Amino acid sequence: MNVHANVLAACKPWSREEIAARAAHDIPEGFYVNLGIGIPVLLANYVPPEREVILQSENGVLGMGPTPEPDKINRWLINASKKYVTLVPGGSYMHHADSFAVIRGGHLDLCVLGAFQVAENGDFANWSMSDTDMPSVGGAMDLAAGAKAVWLLMEHTAKNGASKLMRRCTYPLTALGAAKRVYTNLAVIDITADGFVVRDMVPGLTFEALQDVTDAPLHRAN
Amino acid sequence: MINKIVQTMAEAMEGIRDGSVVLLGGFGSIGQPNALIYGLIEQGAKELTVVANNAGVGHVGLARLMEVGRVRKIVCSYPRTTDPVVFEELYRAGRIELEVMPQGTMAERMRAAGAGIPAFYTPTSVGTKLAEGKEVREFHGRQYVLEEAFFGDVALIEAWEADRWANLTYNSSARNFNPVMATAAKLTIAQTQHIVDLGGLDPEKIATPGIYVDRVVHVPYGEPTIT
Repeated sequence: MNVHANVLAACKPWSREEIAARAAHDIPEGFYVNLGIGIPVLLANYVPPEREVILQSENGVLGMGPTPEPDKINRWLINASKKYVTLVPGGSYMHHADSFAVIRGGHLDLCVLGAFQVAENGDFANWSMSDTDMPSVGGAMDLAAGAKAVWLLMEHTAKNGASKLMRRCTYPLTALGAAKRVYTNLAVIDITADGFVVRDMVPGLTFEALQDVTDAPLHRAN
Repeated sequence: MINKIVQTMAEAMEGIRDGSVVLLGGFGSIGQPNALIYGLIEQGAKELTVVANNAGVGHVGLARLMEVGRVRKIVCSYPRTTDPVVFEELYRAGRIELEVMPQGTMAERMRAAGAGIPAFYTPTSVGTKLAEGKEVREFHGRQYVLEEAFFGDVALIEAWEADRWANLTYNSSARNFNPVMATAAKLTIAQTQHIVDLGGLDPEKIATPGIYVDRVVHVPYGEPTIT
């Protein structure tokens, strides 16, 4: 192992819940935010209680709350990942065309999505790895086109170790130049005109060790 | 006297032809009208094109319709959902055709169909594989893809309450695609948990007015499951 691999091996990556919690912590009061399938839906459990952030689910829920207690489940109320959720006081339901009018009409401040790959120019891919792998776009293209900002919550590397943060995506794109920030299990990275800018890293990780597992060049935050 | 409530599933399914485009409400299994799907299996129509958000869960509802070989093609946004075992097997064997459509484009194409709008421009999918071959036009410096209205021959939907005029309410997130699909098909059939007297529904809560609905069947089955 090289020195960078040793550094990486010595630090504890953030869990899926910790990734979601970090992103939740960074959402300003008053934001309307859609949560996508995967790590993003976990975010509903980590919005600080004193902060009013209004969460939307593509299946027609505005004002989505955290996971219900086992004895208080509404079996007609699910999120994008088809898991039970709650409705906060002030929440509302709408049908799909209205839900996507919210999404496509530019009314959301932010959407938080999962991704297979993201590029330093903000392109990202999260719907298809191959034609035989059941391409599944869901609402991702609508969200990327309609929300004012896109954050991605994802693992830093694939199971085979390949970097998911790339110079250019190799999988079919979901949207061009849309992603603004990436939260991974290793770091929080902004996507700027200069490319990937590292804002934060897991404790013990070095910039050089992070670069070692990242395909695209990283830049230090000022 | 108008009475859209039918007493048997056979009456509800009357006239559905082979090769029909069937719009199927639901998001996963929530709001998916399983009783109507079983009615359709019993009725026997085949070579169907089914439009639904997902491609079936386990072996129930839509998955069962595919399993018994009635579906030629599925149009959906997200087949890779919880337990799509039946679809996966058919897809890998090349025995079912898949068209993937962005979820919002799918909803809006049906809304357009129901509202007399033949086509519309949307920024969704610009520059991606799903926009290939479609007309692109620029408005105010941004590019948009032309999408056409999407009509169904039949819509099968699930409601919470209905009256004899087929005014419908929904329960929580089970509303999803049901109201928009009701507007986009030549024949709309609803199953409902509850039947109420005409005048018994709060007009402010009627999400689908009866003008969009042709037949209603009373199916009080209790609570849905997500698997």
